[in-house]
Amino acid sequence: MIVLEDVSKSYSTGSPAIKNISLKIEEGEFVFIVGNSGSGKSTLIKLLLKELEPTSGKIFVNGKDLNTIKRKKIPEHRRGIGVVFQDFRLLKDRNVYDNIAFAQRVIETPVKDIKKRVPAMLALVGLAEKYRSFPKELSGGEQQRVALARALVNKPTILLADEPTGNLDPKNSWEIMKLLEEINKGGTTVVVVTHNREIVDAMNKRVITMHKGVILSDEKKGEYSYES
Amino acid sequence: MKVSTLAYSCGQGIKNIKRNKLFSLASVGTITACIFLIGLFYIIIANFQYLVKEAEDSVCITVFFDDDITEKRIQEIGEQLGNREEVSEIKYTSADEAWADYKERYFAEEPDLAEGFRDDNPLAGSSNYEIYLKDLKMQDAFVTYLKTISGIRKVNYSENTANTLTDFAKVVGYVSISIIVILFAVGIFLISNTVMIGITVRKEEIRIMKLIGATDIFVRLPFVIEGVIIGLIGAILPIIALVLIYQKVIVYLMTQFQSFTSIVTFISVRQIFSVVIPMALLIGAGIGLIGSKITIRKHLKV
Ligand SMILES: Nc1ncnc2c1ncn2[C@@H]1O[C@H](COP(=O)(O)OP(=O)(O)OP(=O)(O)O)[C@@H](O)[C@H]1O
Ligand SMILES: [Mg+2]
Repeated sequence: MIVLEDVSKSYSTGSPAIKNISLKIEEGEFVFIVGNSGSGKSTLIKLLLKELEPTSGKIFVNGKDLNTIKRKKIPEHRRGIGVVFQDFRLLKDRNVYDNIAFAQRVIETPVKDIKKRVPAMLALVGLAEKYRSFPKELSGGEQQRVALARALVNKPTILLADEPTGNLDPKNSWEIMKLLEEINKGGTTVVVVTHNREIVDAMNKRVITMHKGVILSDEKKGEYSYES
Repeated sequence: MKVSTLAYSCGQGIKNIKRNKLFSLASVGTITACIFLIGLFYIIIANFQYLVKEAEDSVCITVFFDDDITEKRIQEIGEQLGNREEVSEIKYTSADEAWADYKERYFAEEPDLAEGFRDDNPLAGSSNYEIYLKDLKMQDAFVTYLKTISGIRKVNYSENTANTLTDFAKVVGYVSISIIVILFAVGIFLISNTVMIGITVRKEEIRIMKLIGATDIFVRLPFVIEGVIIGLIGAILPIIALVLIYQKVIVYLMTQFQSFTSIVTFISVRQIFSVVIPMALLIGAGIGLIGSKITIRKHLKV
């Protein structure tokens, strides 16, 4: 469960990226977050991961208060969350296989389990043949799928995906969305940031629309409602 | 932490070294230079102190007896002195032994000359005790005590050597410790600068690792292992150099300045390097460990 209570976030420059947002996402929900560029979507994701600290307000993830969580407990908090970063953030010095395996090594998965799980994840995102390529040898869409495989490999309870289909063609986008829906059916809370109107409208899920750092609308079975 | 994680970190550490050859080389060079200086300095100091110790140990008090003293009284005095707390060794030399020793030293090539003194020991009355003290600082008090014992005619000792030697040894000890500490600090400073250059390249990588839930230890371990390996390599090189140089220098001094080496003795290669080798390896690993830990610390705050 994710709870935000009156959360604001200002960067050192410019007006606040997030202004007094309160929000509740239940366990097992599937939520789209939409909104034009600069509306604060990625900032919200970073706050949930505790990559950033809120300027004010409280954030709870899986019952833990992120303001008071002990530094030592942060890795544990992050391990419960799978993240697809908008800029992928793959480790440049390792190939596709090692990038995904790394997420498993972090939680000390036995090597023989890693050897089974990583190829399975690669197959799932359709990158089985590219396992030896380095990130710079991959297209944007391929990197995005590696990032997704890494986010999912540890079976997180929450998946935060910041534009996971931003670089994909329509067919691939749909496949990824179907995959996310599948994962959500398995009980994982899924939060997807996207600009893809077609997908949002067709999937008939909860849609939170942001604008200049505030929530403009929050619809249970929503549609892509803002004009960019 | 699991064994497989440790093995993985070792592998990553070694990979890092290979990947950043230039940076690794620079770090090895830095540590090599530092440890070479530390080792060189230590060797000089150790030999100095060895010399002082040798000299100290050879400083003894010699006690001569009244001419009319009996064998029994000499023995009594010997027992009395031997039981004293501050005495480490006491050695009796009779007049005959003194003469025999003298002959051997000075008449070895002309035994006929010595024959002339056959029945008339020229060193009669020179029987004595040589007394070695545990600590030279006690010499003054001990000499005063000796002079109160009846039957003792004369006490020979050298006042100045004793004091100068102990003071000198102390100063040398302090100076050597401070210089080694300074060199160690310089080593850490230099290595952390080199590590810093390497780490800014990897800053983004460290950040990503932390964001996907890696603990500080997990992120740091490969860097620390890298630092320790570099430190150990940086220690082995100067060890080899120092062994070779030390051997050469000793041989050179022994052959070139024979008169000099009859007074001065050196610590054997084996003996001094039984200290220098573990010390260098420890310092190398220490510099690598501390240097990499300090530098990575601030990048872990994600
Ligand atoms: N590191 C930063 N320093 C200063 N300002 C920032 C920083 N990151 C984001 N901002 C600002 O905060 C606001 C929100 O940015 P954010 O990245 O959350 O937008 P977004 O909704 O994800 O946009 P997009 O759809 O383009 O990804 C923007 O005005 C942006 O300029
Ligand atoms: Mg964004």
